[in-house]
Order: sequence, then structure tokens, then C-alpha cells
Amino acid sequence: MLELLQVSNLDSTIRLATPLLLACLAGLYSERSGVFDIGLEGKILIAAFAGAAVGVTMGNAWIALGAAILTSVAFALIHGVACITFRGNQIVSGVAINFLALGLAAVIGNAMFQMGGRSPQLPNEARLQGGDRALFSWMEDLGPVGEAVHNLFFDQSIFVYLAFAAVPFTWWVLFRTRFGMRLRAVGENPAAVDTAGISVTGLRYRAVICAGILCGLSGATLSMALNSGYINNMSAGRGFIALAALIFAKWRPVQAMMACLLFAFLEASESRLQGKEVLGFEIPVQLVQALPYILVVVLLAGFIGQARAPKAGGVPYVKER
Amino acid sequence: MNKELPGWVDYGLLPLLNLMTAFIVAGLVVLAIGENPLEAVGHIAYGAFGYGNGVGYTLFYTTNFIFTGLAVAVAFHASQFNIGGEGQAYLGGLGVGLACLGLDHVLPWWGILPFAIAMGALFGAIWAAIPGYLFAKRGAHVVITTIMFNFISYSLMNYLINNFLKVPGNASVQSRTFEQTAWMPKLEWLSGMFPGIQTSPANLSFVLALVACVFVYILIWRTKFGYEVRVYGANPTAARYAGISTTRIVVLTMAISGALAGLMGMNPVMGDQNRIFLDIPQQAGFVGIAVALMGRSHPLWIVFAALLFGMLYQGGAELAFEMPSITRDMVVVIQGLVILFAGAMEFMFRPWIAGLFTMMEKSDA
Repeated sequence: MLELLQVSNLDSTIRLATPLLLACLAGLYSERSGVFDIGLEGKILIAAFAGAAVGVTMGNAWIALGAAILTSVAFALIHGVACITFRGNQIVSGVAINFLALGLAAVIGNAMFQMGGRSPQLPNEARLQGGDRALFSWMEDLGPVGEAVHNLFFDQSIFVYLAFAAVPFTWWVLFRTRFGMRLRAVGENPAAVDTAGISVTGLRYRAVICAGILCGLSGATLSMALNSGYINNMSAGRGFIALAALIFAKWRPVQAMMACLLFAFLEASESRLQGKEVLGFEIPVQLVQALPYILVVVLLAGFIGQARAPKAGGVPYVKER
Repeated sequence: MNKELPGWVDYGLLPLLNLMTAFIVAGLVVLAIGENPLEAVGHIAYGAFGYGNGVGYTLFYTTNFIFTGLAVAVAFHASQFNIGGEGQAYLGGLGVGLACLGLDHVLPWWGILPFAIAMGALFGAIWAAIPGYLFAKRGAHVVITTIMFNFISYSLMNYLINNFLKVPGNASVQSRTFEQTAWMPKLEWLSGMFPGIQTSPANLSFVLALVACVFVYILIWRTKFGYEVRVYGANPTAARYAGISTTRIVVLTMAISGALAGLMGMNPVMGDQNRIFLDIPQQAGFVGIAVALMGRSHPLWIVFAALLFGMLYQGGAELAFEMPSITRDMVVVIQGLVILFAGAMEFMFRPWIAGLFTMMEKSDA
């Protein structure tokens, strides 16, 4: 079992946690403002596609990243228009976003590249991969510990640093700024916020846009850092794992990071656990894969603490007349 | 927004406008790719209805979508959103398959059928009743738990097929093929009308799907239980005051919903592939959401909505063949648009129509 704690496995954990964490924080902003978002998956996917498609055609990583974020925000705004302006059902809208993203990425991808939904390999200048090896390479000479520290903390893609920096930033925004207070208030009691003369609609739109930006980063991580290019349905349920992590963290940023690290650790360990025995039992790989989902069901059932969603979540706000 | 409008506007005009919007946007996507949308519609229609084999495939997909559409609709009536049709259909397929594997040496298909129906429905029902129970007793939202149950079902089925059902020494991840006597008959009696339909996977499950529609209609609108379900769906608090048990309604409704989704598994397992295989539902559980929304949770409209999606799924294959720049995934786009406009944005046109009516009333006065 000790091999699960090897540097290479921890390194995979950090890299796999990054897209989860970004998506999870996206959900955090949206759901704390009272807008449920099961469309995380779709936004990640369409952002991954946009990043890859623009990266291949333009050959510039920063333009590609911008495209990924803008596309994801556009999808977030569809969700916003449907749920905030037209007071539609947030779950239905989320489901629609997921299908729209899955279908559009495949249809447009095929029309652009004729590769059965894949994008061509991204050129190196359109990827955002490792850190600056030259700057910290001296650490590698410090023996195994230095090498481990270097590999884990100084050789990651920019997305890793962004994602983990976003955790304290999100905490600060939500709990220490006026915007954050209002955002949480609008998720708990929108009528009170409205009475104070603050626009419920405006706040919720801003929260949804924050979610769009973070999902855009999450998708770009997949196609521009972890892989080089777009593969059909490459988000592979990560949006839902992120959702699971969000519930597991009871809608709090630091706990969200822990949950994402835990789920990423499980994902990273899958292949290493294959065929391993614990106390005489062979652990089925499928059980490891299903574990995040099982944990969330157990949590929601109230067997480990109580997960309480923002009170006004899922309810469109109707101003009194 | 809250203005009273005539029934034909709320139940006829507005849904129609929403649906048209969805298809117009889909047409724009086709146009953006550089193809002619009308020509695309022609290919879809020909692929779906132009020849017997195509009609058969259309009916085969329609069968899946009727079952999953009914499943979502039944849950909707109790204001529960069952997104878990996919997992329930997967487990249902397992139930049907186990009945066939266990009895195919003993009984012919019509002897197995009652057991297959019972097992498929039971497995699907259990997979949906657990989230129902967790909601009623523990307050865990059905939306989230059913999503999680979908993923758990993928892992579970993967494990079961790989470790217990797989034929040893065979590389493909599937159970053994059932004895031919256990296969559900094809719709050969329709081959006079549609020559070639017997070569398609369309089978007797289609008729069972129609029977299920009648069952749901009677259940929801003609029984005491159905009345309680609708009362609960309209106002859970009022229902509780009227002495209707939340647990009973939610758990039973979810179980029935899951049973219907589970029966979908019969169509591919007993009617087409004749074995238990990976990914039995193939997205039909999700299409059911679009079908139920489009069919406004009524069995009759669900049949038409399912037929439309069946047509799109089969015609989409033809379309991809005729217009290589458009893939079958276009159907997924249309599905998303239908859910968006007929579901999430169903009130989009209402204020405008209401405004129009106010104007007309004023000019009358």
C-alpha cells in the first residue's frame, strides 16, 4: 500500500485534482448564490474543446485559454438566462447545457478537423504545461527529497497554481468581502437582499459568470495541460465528481480542496490498486471508481454529518409586486 | 407572468413555439457548418421512414425512449426529478438478462417473458427506490442521488459482467448469448407494410412499451394512488395535511419510475443483442428527460415525442452518411436544445403572448 504514497502518485493526485478543484469552486460560487449547477460537466467539456480548437488554429496558448474561458462563460450565461431571467428549472437547464456541450463539441470538432471528434495534437506553443525548469532545477541536485519537492511543487502547470491559489482567494471573497456576503445572502434569503435594495438578479448573474470562468480554466486544464488536444467526451464525468466534492465539502472552499484531493487520490491510485489485496480481499477497481459517488450518497443520507445546501438553492426568485 | 391565459395557449401554442425555437436553432447550427438544414431534414426523414429496415430501427429507438420517457414523467408527477433512468435501465437490463440466462434452457420466450418483465422491473425499481427512500426519510435530493446512482451502476455492472457473467476465455466483455428460443420475436407481422423490418432490431418490446403507456395513464389519472401522487406533486405540504404519506408516495413513485426505466433494458437485451453487455441503455435514460419534457409528462404525447427522437436517432445515422460534415452527434445537440427550450425556458414566450392578449383585450374594450 505504501507505493500509493510514492512521489509519482502524489504528483498525479495534484495534477488530477486541479480540474476537479477548479470545477468544484465554480459550483461553489454558483450554488452559494442559489443557482444549482449540474451543468459543470458541460461547461468543462466545451471549454476543453474551445481551448484545443483555438489552440490548434491560432497556435497561441493564451488566446486559446481566453477562448476556453469565454466559451464556458457563454454557456454559463445560457444557464443564467434560463434560470435567473426566465425562472426556469435549474436542474433541467443544467441537463440541457451538458447535452448541448457534448453535442456541439463533437459536431463542430468534426466539421473543423474531420477526425471523428478529436482535435489534432496541440503544438507546443499552444500548451500550458510544466513550470520553469531552469529556475528551480537546482533543487533536483539536493537529493531525493529536493527532487520530490521540485517535482511536486515547482514543476506543475500554471493551472495547478491557479487552482490552489483560488481556494484561499475564494474563501476571502466569500467570507471577507461585501460581494461575498451578499452572494451568500442571496443564496439563503434573496428576499432580504432584495429588501436591502440590492439586485438579486445582478448578484446571481455575477456568481454564474464566476462559475463560467472557473469551469473554463478547468476545461483548459484538461485539453491544454493534462492532454494535448481534445478527445471526445474528455471530461468523463469530472463535472459530476466536482459536484460530489462540493456536496462532500458542504459548500465550503477549503473542505472542497480536501475533497478534490481525496477524489483525485482515488483516481490516481486506481491503476496501482489493480489486483491488490487488503486483509485478504481483492479490491475491485470498479469499487475505487465508484467510491466518490458512494461516499456522497452516504453523506447525503446523513450518515456522516449533515450536508445542508444553500436554503434558496434551486428556487427562482420572484420579486413581490 | 401570472396573467391567466386560455388553455390552448399554455398547453398548445407555447410548447409549440418552444419546440420550433429549438429546431430553428438546430437548423442554424447546421447552416453554420455550411450545410442546408432542409436537405438535412430530408435525409433524416428518409433514413427514419424511407425503407423497412430504417422504420424498424426508428421503432427500436422509440421503444427505448417511451420507457425512459414514461419513467421520467411518472416521477415528475410527484415533483421528483429522476435523472437516474440510465442506471435504472442498466440494472433492469441485468434483471431481464438474468431471467433469460436462467430459464432459456427450460422455457420458450413467452414463458420467460413474465419473469423477464418482473426481474427487469424489480431491479430498476430497487435502483430508483433507494434514492426515493433517502429523499423521503433523509432529505437527500433525488436529483443528486440518482446522478450518483448512474455512476455507481456503471461500475457495478462493469464489475458484475467482468467477474461473473463473462464467458471464460472470451475477450469480449459480455455474457453468453441466450438460446435462440429465448429471443423476443421481431415485428414480422409488420413486414407486409414495411418490407425489411424483420431485419432490424425492432421487436415485441415496442408493443409492451405501448401497453406501459396505457398502464401509466390509468395509474396517474384513474386511480386513487395516482390522484395522491398528483396532489403531492402539486403541493407536498397540502398533501401532508391531507394525510398523504410522503414516504409512501415518493418511494412508490420512484419505484414505479425505476421499474419503467428498467423495462427499457428488455428491448436491447432480450430483443436485440440477446446477451448482457456493457452500456445497455446507451444514453436512452437521458433522452427520456427530453421526451418527458416535450411530452409534458402525458403518455400520449410521450409516444409522439419518443417517435420524434427515435426518428432523429435513426435518421441521424443516415444524415451522417449522406452529409459527412455532420455527425450523428447533431442529435445530441437537438436533444439539448429541446430540453433547454421546452424545459428550462418554457416560460420564455409567455410574457410576450400575455402582452399580446392584454393588447387585444384593450382594443376590444
